This record gives sequence, C-alpha cells and structure tokens, in this order.
Amino acid sequence: MSTQQHREDLVAAPSRFPLREVALFALLMAAILGVYATMGAAYSTRMLVEAACYAILALGLTIQWGYAGQFNAGVMGFVALGGYSAMAFSMPVNGEFWASPLSGELGMVMLMALGGVMVVVGASRLHHLGVPRRLRTGLAVALALLFYLLVSARMGVVTEQIESQFGYIGGLGLPPWLGWIIGGALAGVVGYFIGKVCLGLRSDYLAIATLGIAEIIKAVLKNADWLTRGTATVSPLPWPVPGPAEVGFTLARALYFSVTALMIVAIFFLLTRAYHAPWGRMIRAIRDNETSAAAMGKDINHRRLEIFVLGCILMGIGGAALGSFNGLFDPQGYLPLNHTFLVLVMVILGGPGNNLGTLFGAFAVYLIWVMSEPLALAVLELAITFGEGSFGWDAPTNLDSRALQARVFVIGLLITLVLRFAPKGLLPEKVKHHG
Amino acid sequence: MNELVFFINYVVVAGSVTGSIYAIGAVGVTLVFSIMRFAHFAHADMMTFGAFTVLLLTTAFPGAGAALGLPTAVVMLPLAMLLTAALAVGIDKVFYKPLRAHGVKPIVMVIASLGVTLMLQGLIRLFAGTSGQSLYVDDRKEIFRLALPFEGARAPIVVTEPQVILFVLTIVCVVGLHLFLSRSRLGKAMRAMSDNPDLARASGINTNLIVAVTWVIVGALAAIAGTLLSLDVTFKPDLSFFLLLPIFAAAIVGGVGHPYGAIAGGFVVGFAETLAVFNWGVLLRPFRDSLPEWLASADSLAFVSTEYKIVVPFVLLVAILVWRPTGIFKGKVI
Repeated sequence: MSTQQHREDLVAAPSRFPLREVALFALLMAAILGVYATMGAAYSTRMLVEAACYAILALGLTIQWGYAGQFNAGVMGFVALGGYSAMAFSMPVNGEFWASPLSGELGMVMLMALGGVMVVVGASRLHHLGVPRRLRTGLAVALALLFYLLVSARMGVVTEQIESQFGYIGGLGLPPWLGWIIGGALAGVVGYFIGKVCLGLRSDYLAIATLGIAEIIKAVLKNADWLTRGTATVSPLPWPVPGPAEVGFTLARALYFSVTALMIVAIFFLLTRAYHAPWGRMIRAIRDNETSAAAMGKDINHRRLEIFVLGCILMGIGGAALGSFNGLFDPQGYLPLNHTFLVLVMVILGGPGNNLGTLFGAFAVYLIWVMSEPLALAVLELAITFGEGSFGWDAPTNLDSRALQARVFVIGLLITLVLRFAPKGLLPEKVKHHG
Repeated sequence: MNELVFFINYVVVAGSVTGSIYAIGAVGVTLVFSIMRFAHFAHADMMTFGAFTVLLLTTAFPGAGAALGLPTAVVMLPLAMLLTAALAVGIDKVFYKPLRAHGVKPIVMVIASLGVTLMLQGLIRLFAGTSGQSLYVDDRKEIFRLALPFEGARAPIVVTEPQVILFVLTIVCVVGLHLFLSRSRLGKAMRAMSDNPDLARASGINTNLIVAVTWVIVGALAAIAGTLLSLDVTFKPDLSFFLLLPIFAAAIVGGVGHPYGAIAGGFVVGFAETLAVFNWGVLLRPFRDSLPEWLASADSLAFVSTEYKIVVPFVLLVAILVWRPTGIFKGKVI
C-alpha cells in the first residue's frame, strides 16, 4: 500500500480552503432551489423537514460506524421506538380507560411481571448463597418459563378486553418534545442491552443482532394493539409547533424545519466538540487499533458501549421527530429499506466519521431518494410506450409499485459502488496527526 | 390418539420441514463464513432468486414434469441450481472480489452483501411483482394421508408431496456434502482453507478456485432451499428478510464454520419455532377430567402467538451468543 501518499491526502492542512466542501454544498443548495422551483414551496419544505430528521438519524449512525466502527443494521427499530414514544406522550389521555377497572388490572399484570423478573434474577444469583451452579441455572430457567406462561396468559386476557372496549390505552397528553426526549432514552436503553450482549463479539454479530431486534420491535408494535392500535394506526399526532390548520402548510412546515434545524445545530456542535476533545481521540484510537488502545489502559468494551448507546439515543430522537412530523403512527410503515439502508447510504456516501459529510450525505441522498420515484416512473413509462410501440408488449398493471422496486435496486447499487470506489465517502474524515 | 396425530402433523412434520429448509440455508451461510470470513446477508435473496428461476422455467416448460412423473418444479431444479451458482460466482467477481483484493475488514464485506441483497430484492420484485405465486403451475399438489393402525385414531397423518421431496433432497444434500468435504481433494482443500487460509495458500492450494467452488456450492444449495420452501408454501418475492434471521441463528447455534453444526442448528431452530407456537393445550385434552380446573380451562397454551414467531430464532441466537459463543458444535469464533 502506498501509505505515504495516502496519508498526505488526508492530513488536514489548517490553512487549506475547503474547496470540496463549499462546492458540494453549493451544488446541494442549487439542487434544493431547483426542487423549490419545480415542485412548489409546501412540498419542498416537507422534503427538507424529513431530510433534517434523517440527518439526525445519520448523525447517530455516523458516530457508531464512523467513530467506532460498529455497524448497526437495525436503525429502523430505534426509529420505531422513537416514533412510538412521540405518539405515546403527545396523544390525548384516554380518560375512559383510566377510569375503568381495566387500568388497575393492567397495573397488576405489570407488577406481576416485575415480581417475576425479580424472582428470576434472585434465583440466578443463588450461587452466592452456596447453591450449586447447575441447580441455580436450572431453577432460574424453570422459574422464568413458569412466570412467563403465567404473566402472558393473564396479560392476554387483559389486553383483549382493553382492545375490545377502548381500542388502545391512549397517550399521556404531554408536549411532543417530552416524548422525543423519552424516545431517545428508550432507544438508548434498548441499545444498552444489545450492546452489552454483542459488542464483545465479532462485528458481524452486532449487525445480525440489530437487524433482528429491529424486526422484533416492529413485530411488537404491530401486534400489541392495546398499546399502539397496531395496524389501525394512530393519527393525527400533535406537533410541537403550530400545525398546518392554524398557519398554513408552508409556514407550519417551515416552523417545524426550524425546530429540527436547531436540534441538528445543537447535536452537530456537541458532536464536533466531542470529536476534537480527548474523548474523541480516544475513541478513534480504539477504532484504529484496539490492541494498542487496550495496552494504553483504555476500557474498550465500556467505551464501545458508550458510543453505541449514544448513537441509539440520537436515532430515537430523530425517529421521534420524524414520527411527529408524519402525524401518523403506523408500525407497518417502518421498513428496513426506508429507515435502515437509506440512512446507511447517507452515512457511507457522505463520509463516515465526518459530521459535515454526514449532513451533506443525508440531504443529498434524501433528495435523490424523493426525486427518484417520479423519475423511475417516467423512465418505466417511456420504456413501456416504446415497448408497446415496437414489440407489442402488454404493460404490467402495477407500474407504481414496480417503479418503487427500482428504488430498492438503486440503493443497493449505491451502497456497493460507494464501498468500491469511494470507501471514505465524498467528504472523507480528516485524520489529524496530533503533536 | 387424535391428539398424538395432531402433534405429529403440526410438530414433527412441520418442524422437520422448516428444519430441513433452515439447515440447507444455514450450510450455505456457514460455508461463506468459514471460507470468506464474513456474514453473507444476501444468502436469503439467492434462495429467492433460485425459487424465482424455477418459477420462470416451470412457466416456460409446463409439460416437462409429466414425462418424468415428478412435479415440473423439481425437474427444473438442477437448471435453477446452475443458474443460481452462476449468479453467486458472478456476484463474487463483481462485488466481493475487488473488496477482498483491497483487504477490507469483514464488516465492510457485510455491508457490501447488504447492498447486493437490496439489488437482488429490487430486481426480483421488479420482475416478479410483490404477490405470492404457486410453483405448481400445471400440476396438482399431491397429499398423502397415512392412517395409523390404532383404535380410535381417526385423523390421518398428512404429508404432502413437496414435503416428501424435501426430506429426500435434504438427505441427498447432506450425504453429498459430507462425501464431498471428507473424500474429495477439493473438499479437503476447502476445509484446510477454512482452518487457516495463509497456511493453505502456502501449501499450494489454489485459493481462487476454492472461493469459486464455494460459491457454486452455496448458490446451488440456496436454489434448493428456496425452491423447497416455495414448493411447500408459495413463492413470495419478499421472503428473504423472514428467512435471514432463522438461517443466521441456525448457523451460529450450530457453530460458525461448521457444516454439520449448521444442519443440526437448522433443525434446532426449526423445531424451536414450531414448538414455541404449538398449542400445548391440545395435548392436555384427553386428561381434561383429571386436571385442576384452571389448567383444563386454558384452551390456548402456546409460548408465543404466531405473530411473534420471528422472536424465537432471535432469542435462541442471543442465548447462544451469551452462553456459548462457539455454538453447540464448537465452531470457531473467527
């Protein structure tokens, strides 16, 4: 490898004019203005807000993947958790449910579950009291199965009644931003447990585990009708800013955009500070050479967990903001393609580990993503009219859904091409050599 | 007795069916894991591709099966295996080989395979649409009903034709793979490379050839597993995400890089899934009179409801990762 030359490219000369950054962002700006000119202000502002929410997700992924080299393939799960939290906190209180005896029964089941967990945890620590390890394990497993069956049977009865009588338990009637914060915390807690299990293992396992947990979170949200109304969906979710009904589409969306933009600025500032602080240097040292970092006395697993949880929190917050903006909580609407792989493309195209690059990637890729649907449809239609004219094909009827599939292909192609030809992204991380 | 028949139909037969499919799928994943050393996420899509090829071929030549007395889809399977193997080798040439040549980390290969997954998925759905289709284009699915020679066993054991074919083909695959890995020169070279690639290269093994052979085997196995699954139910263009987790769970449960472990893991995961969603209340019915009332009145005693089936492989996976990261068969932690 030609390390010497390679390195010179990457060293940031302090006085260098950031030509590449300026050019890319100017191009992006021009593209956005172009969209404004062709698609109208209301549509384009909506696109900007969604892109901003995705940018928060991408910043979450870039600290996991770019700063620490952890690959999270389950962004969707954390996004869905955030969306759920935004819904649960901001929807009005379901007074009928809380006044009925069912709320008490639900509480009893929860207490039972908590008690069961405590008994099982207690049983799993029995070896401290001199019980043989084998007996302890057997006892804990048997107790866990028993309590699980008891609680789930009880739970099934209560939730069925809730569903048939009240639909779902309703929200808490609190301001949406509180739900966003709690959504971040919720995602962080889930991330903590996944990280605890998988971060010590090979990196592939983390990808498999996160992919699985995302599907499970979605399955739970989709089927726990008493909690989320499942496929019946919940809408409209309140906004933290005046809604379109009060001030009109464009202004309401612009206000929402300013909220998300403020969030991005705050997160960006904090992340950049952290990156340049000794903490960021330590994280990069761990990423680049784990063994030597460990030899320097850094607690690798602890730091990795810290980073992973931090990324998950950002994803939860971004997902909550996105959920509130959509105004509709639909668990089925969370798709790996839209909420995991799109974010992945944003990060690897923009430049993993470079916050500015990630921001650029988020906006640019979202623009391409949104614009690709009408484009693919137009191309398909052109092909069909051409085909019908010259070969006498009969056109497939479900053209729109097929055009959407072309998008799947393009995202996949983009991932492989970027990995192959620009593995460091369009705005690569600048490696500074200190001292 | 009827309860026993119910148990056989819904657990023994159903569990073996899913188990065999997961087993064949997991062998492919584990082979890539041990030779190329990365988790190949596009495997489930190769399975879908194989099944889709069979579907296309079956629609193209619907009469071919009748001549041999087998379902047309099975007659078309060898051709589909060839095509899928070619696809696997081609994907490796275009997408993975350059990355390998660059010496990237395994996790980058994983991301590349995610990209390949999306491409395959997009292409398959672009051509196949998104709705399910039966692989029995012209033939009828034969159903065998075996009555038990006991008093009071009214319900028969039901096995369908694709399930019989599935069991036969699984045994053929397992035996064939075993013979290949233990007897043939190439198989031995493959095992050597999986144990220590540098040493294998140093002792004159052509690693490029081994990689190509691995992809051929992986592609062929994927085509078999995908086709068998689609024969048993229907061909669904979007089945890959539902297959991915159980297959990886099977490979890891059995011990990564261990083909026999993957087969065992496949059956473990398949049976765990069926047992978890099985309604145990049915087995208690004959003893209803002698049971305490609270137990007898419970008519649904399943561990998880069917909607949460996907949780089972994941729980197994996590349990194995926590307690025994090397899997049942002590595979390697690469």
